[in-house]
Amino acid sequence: MKKISTGNKAVAEAVKQVVPAVVAAYPITPQTEIVEQIAEFVSSGDLKSRYIAVESEHSAMAACIGASVTGIRTFTATSSHGLLYMHEMTNWAAGARLPIVMANVNRSLGPGWNIWAEHTDALQERDTGWLQVYVSTVQEAYDATIMAFRIAEHNDVLLPVMVNLDGFLLSHLMQPLDTIDVGDFIPPCHLPHAIDVKNPKGYGGLTGPDQQFKFRWDIEHSMRDSVKVIEATEKEFAKRFGRTYGMTDDYQCADADVIIVAMGTLGKEAEVAVDLLRKEGIKAGSMRLRWLRPFPKLDLKGKQVVVIDRDYSFGRGGILATEIMAQTKEEVFSVIAGLGGQELTYEDVADFVRNRRMGEEFWFGVTNNV
Amino acid sequence: MFEIRIHSRGGQGGVTAARLLALAAMHDGKYATAAPFYGAERRGAPIVSFVRIDDKPIRIYSQIKKPDMVIVLDASVMDVVDVLQGLRSGGRVLVNSANPREFQGFTSGHVDLTGIALKENLVVSGSPILNTPVIGALAKMGIVSVDSAKKAIREMFTDERNVKAAEAAYTEMSA
Repeated sequence: MKKISTGNKAVAEAVKQVVPAVVAAYPITPQTEIVEQIAEFVSSGDLKSRYIAVESEHSAMAACIGASVTGIRTFTATSSHGLLYMHEMTNWAAGARLPIVMANVNRSLGPGWNIWAEHTDALQERDTGWLQVYVSTVQEAYDATIMAFRIAEHNDVLLPVMVNLDGFLLSHLMQPLDTIDVGDFIPPCHLPHAIDVKNPKGYGGLTGPDQQFKFRWDIEHSMRDSVKVIEATEKEFAKRFGRTYGMTDDYQCADADVIIVAMGTLGKEAEVAVDLLRKEGIKAGSMRLRWLRPFPKLDLKGKQVVVIDRDYSFGRGGILATEIMAQTKEEVFSVIAGLGGQELTYEDVADFVRNRRMGEEFWFGVTNNV
Repeated sequence: MFEIRIHSRGGQGGVTAARLLALAAMHDGKYATAAPFYGAERRGAPIVSFVRIDDKPIRIYSQIKKPDMVIVLDASVMDVVDVLQGLRSGGRVLVNSANPREFQGFTSGHVDLTGIALKENLVVSGSPILNTPVIGALAKMGIVSVDSAKKAIREMFTDERNVKAAEAAYTEMSA
């Protein structure tokens, strides 16, 4: 069925399709609408989930962990400081190999008190063992949330998945949304190490120096395997529902001399900049990074690369630019733009490409910067 | 692409008007996005929302800087906000007003949406509902079709008075 929906409500609609047994969440701007809508679905009986209204995000993740370890499907949603408050538990969720799905509405971190879009919140969770996908349309927010459950719960993965959508720019944007009936696309949740009272085992016990590294390697092994699972899931989704996704969303990349790499809504708006630049004779392309973890192999050989980071790692650089420079020998122009919801248009993006200074870093809107 | 900026005050339904318009455009077979600009919203403060309509999927998320059309749901915001800012030359202005308003260099129309809402007794928490009648006025201006406007209103509101208000605005709208 086709309707007009916000990004937030699209996530809630996806959750309604997949029916987690437990949703434990705490509201925070700009995520609030997701949990409000889910709570409404539960109270009206449209969604047969147990909704746990917890007192904090740390408890939200802890409740999901407790529920998930019994072998049932769980979901939560948060943003910004809420995500940071979960941090101890997000590590636990991945380490305990629990396929929890979470929507994170990307928002800046305080101070200053800023509620607008930025990716630093999710990127501070980069090394926890969660898979991370970044979406750019209301439809993609819906589709990616549905697929996240199948990927997380796949027995070759068994790791939590975070679906990221830009605060306000997508969470509150209204676009057409085509809802689907998932049917058996999402099989029943089966956790091989679920608690079984008839077969008691120990959970979370002391793990010595002779064992811990094996569990760490096991996470990495599954993270590598997850690429195949993501690709197979997206392929099956395309076959059944007609919408195609990939590790990246490439636009005019094949013959491009210069490629813009960005995530989220900015990665989509960059396509308009590409159209503009091509009219001027600049062979540009846009590679919107969808999956940050696992980090895909990017085909950037022989291209100049303009990376736009809506995030920063102080003392080092744009986080995405740093990741890309670690993978490719090609020269990168690193642009830091859109922090805290800084207004940024496709015309600005086209300017970044026109005025690119390979090998350098540029902070948009900051005067006299190098 | 056709870009519209809606000026209203918090609580008047400007955001819902944007959503209704996007829904009606979708029923016309077009692509549409609607977005409120989120600042420090509160009841009564001047706010803006944006609607984009196109034949192709819309890939722009940034704010509308050069709208093709401006809708003013509350004429009093014109005292504090330059509603014509960035409006393309020859662009259109629709004002909720019982009296004609002139804007040099632009095509203007007016309709008494508040009067229509009061006549239909469409009042919530003391505020007349402007978002359904304005869709009728926009249908008159050819932004969306009449059928799609009515369909969109019926999908979002069960009270048939909303459709009647839109029809009244369609009839009363000065071209």
